[in-house]
Amino acid sequence: MIAEAGLIALWLAASMAFLQFALCTIGLVKGQDEFFAAIRPVAIAQGVLVALSFLLLVWLFVRSDMSVKLVVANSVAIKPLIYKISGAWGNHEGSMLLWVAIMGLAGACIGIFERNLKTKTLVTTLGAQAFISIGFYAYLLIASNPFERIFPVPADGQGLNPLLQDIGLALHPPTLYIGYVGLSIAFSFAVGAMITRDVGPEFAKAMRPWVLGAWVFLTLGITAGSYWAYYELGWGGWWFWDPVENASLMPWLAATALLHSVTVLATRDGLRAWTLMLAVVAFSMSMIGTFLVRSGVLTSVHAFAVDPERGSFILALLAIYIGGAMALFALRVGTVKEGSQFEPVSREGALVANNLLLSAILGIVFIGTLYPLVVEGFSDEMISVGPPYFNLATGPLALILVAIMAAGPLLRWRRDQAKALLNRISIPVFLTAAALFALVIFTTSMSVLPLIGLALAAGIAVASFAPLWKRNLRRTPMHVYGMVLAHFGVAVALVGMASETSFTEEKLVAATPGDEIMVNDWKIKFQAIEPVAGPNWTALEARVTAQYEDEAIHEIAPQNRMFASAQMQTSEAALLTRWNGQLYVVLGDSDEQGRWQLRIWWKPFVTLIWYGGVLIALGGLLAMVGRLRRAVRQKQQRAYAEAMI
Amino acid sequence: MKAKHQRLALAVLALVALVGAGLLAAFALQDQANYFYTPSDIVEKQPEVGQAIRLGGMVQKGSIQRADDGVTVTFTVHDGASFQPATYTGITPDLFVEGSGVVADGKLTADGLFVADTLLAKHDENYIPRELEGIDMTGNMTRTDTLVE
Repeated sequence: MIAEAGLIALWLAASMAFLQFALCTIGLVKGQDEFFAAIRPVAIAQGVLVALSFLLLVWLFVRSDMSVKLVVANSVAIKPLIYKISGAWGNHEGSMLLWVAIMGLAGACIGIFERNLKTKTLVTTLGAQAFISIGFYAYLLIASNPFERIFPVPADGQGLNPLLQDIGLALHPPTLYIGYVGLSIAFSFAVGAMITRDVGPEFAKAMRPWVLGAWVFLTLGITAGSYWAYYELGWGGWWFWDPVENASLMPWLAATALLHSVTVLATRDGLRAWTLMLAVVAFSMSMIGTFLVRSGVLTSVHAFAVDPERGSFILALLAIYIGGAMALFALRVGTVKEGSQFEPVSREGALVANNLLLSAILGIVFIGTLYPLVVEGFSDEMISVGPPYFNLATGPLALILVAIMAAGPLLRWRRDQAKALLNRISIPVFLTAAALFALVIFTTSMSVLPLIGLALAAGIAVASFAPLWKRNLRRTPMHVYGMVLAHFGVAVALVGMASETSFTEEKLVAATPGDEIMVNDWKIKFQAIEPVAGPNWTALEARVTAQYEDEAIHEIAPQNRMFASAQMQTSEAALLTRWNGQLYVVLGDSDEQGRWQLRIWWKPFVTLIWYGGVLIALGGLLAMVGRLRRAVRQKQQRAYAEAMI
Repeated sequence: MKAKHQRLALAVLALVALVGAGLLAAFALQDQANYFYTPSDIVEKQPEVGQAIRLGGMVQKGSIQRADDGVTVTFTVHDGASFQPATYTGITPDLFVEGSGVVADGKLTADGLFVADTLLAKHDENYIPRELEGIDMTGNMTRTDTLVE
């Protein structure tokens, strides 16, 4: 019965979305306000129903209800509870249900919390949100029903891909999805504002916290995904430019640009059309990402469904939503009034540069990701585009971008003097030059990008705190701290990336128990090989001790796991973290002479990459909370002032 | 500068940025895109020595040999018609086995050996690398064979 209840809840949620869209359309056409009053409760009801539907699916997985096809295909009864729960979204249908559930909840959140938008724009926003949801409800109900039963009922399920049985991966998709789908709010806001022609600072201030929220989740999702790939795949890399990674990076790039342009709109009433465009592009990238990952056009661990019918369904949805929004933009952009002006050397100027560079990087990633598909579509050739392309084409632009990031916050709005800027930024520039000089002298064979990256990071780390210079720290608004923290996070991540790229030491050996291996200052001793067993796997485990210089000896144990249900092996890397880096050991195969392959890396400061990501997200969170608090306070002050009159 | 001019300037800048990105991408693609070759393609098209290519096919049965250092393997990739000797230093993927599909990124040396930097095998037993679909496998080296292993 649970499965049927879930399906009914899903149908009801879909009809609520339809009602929500109808209320908005009729209300707008007839210009009658009574339709508007109903739209908030309907949006909330839709959110509750679709969330209920999703929770029921999770419950089916927790109970291991083997009469449901999806559970059979993606779960087994002997799995740990946490992976039963995450199994609910570790598959195609479940992840699409999670997608609409978040979308419905986002609509409900707008219905409950959004009080700053004009009624008409709010109603149109909720209408647009419902219109997008309807497509995805149709997709679920017609092409991929997660609650389908199976008969006869099998004794047990087929299990979850062992690579996906990991705590990082349990949390990675929901986080990323909240970010992806959160951007739909910005999209709907933009559509709403274009229809009602209400684009201005008030609109931007209402939109900003939502964009910040989605961006924080996206940042965390990408950071977690990168760390997962790093330790779970056992290849020692943290970013592979895999199409699936790019699919999450593209919305992030667009959202980062949007985040900065919406500030210009809110503070200075500039960049009106541009901000609308970015809001449309950001969510379009989310949908393209979903299409790439879920349609099966790319074959990877993420592509659950290789089903052309589903692919064309999502493609059709994409065409309708993106095409529709772009057409609306083309129609309305002429009527969006020009914003206020600024000089090239100004805060706005720096933010325009930020936006242009982010857009250019986005374009390069987009071309590189889709090019192989296009080539295959139009010729017999098959090509792959990998890290060399992406590093070469995006690296220099990214470095220019972070350099501007250091200078931008030190500029005044509207107009500033280049000379004054040089004055303010002299210390970071000096630091960068000094770092560059030291690196060139004291290191050998560093390649150009990491070298400049590391030198820049030194300057940026200091420059990111410069906006606090000579300010009363207790009266500085919270969002300024948020910006400082996020920009500092970029410097931290940059150090990690450059350091990992340049200073990693690697050794690959065939060792017999008792052998000692030196990597950098680590003395590593291969002690023994032993069989071990977990809840649903057995493994061969290497006992390895590692000692850094004269410090205490640590024991680590890389494994080769064999999963009972899936007849497949995964390699579990062993990590040893110090403040200055990570030791990374992978166990390989054995040969006839009883030797075991060990691959050992010493990666100095690699952890800074993810600490940086977390700092960036934390900065976004601070900014969001700060902005919300300020909005509430201003509203109270206004209400107080009115009461006094 | 009038408001209209400013808007025009911004539009032009945006266009320049996008066209610039497109040109940069095109330039980099020309250099860095990896073309996919089957062993037959290598015979036919004769890629240059040192050019980055992606080789795909089946690992010939009985061809995997481990070198004395314990970390280097040599093997032969075939597509039913042609054979390409290859070598790789590193830990081979879990599902790198004889008679199974493999995709390798690397370069050809002057003596016709393919030196792989990375080996991509299937993530699980149901996964066939996209590029290998449609390759005609002769003899008993069929896909079901792979599944059993």
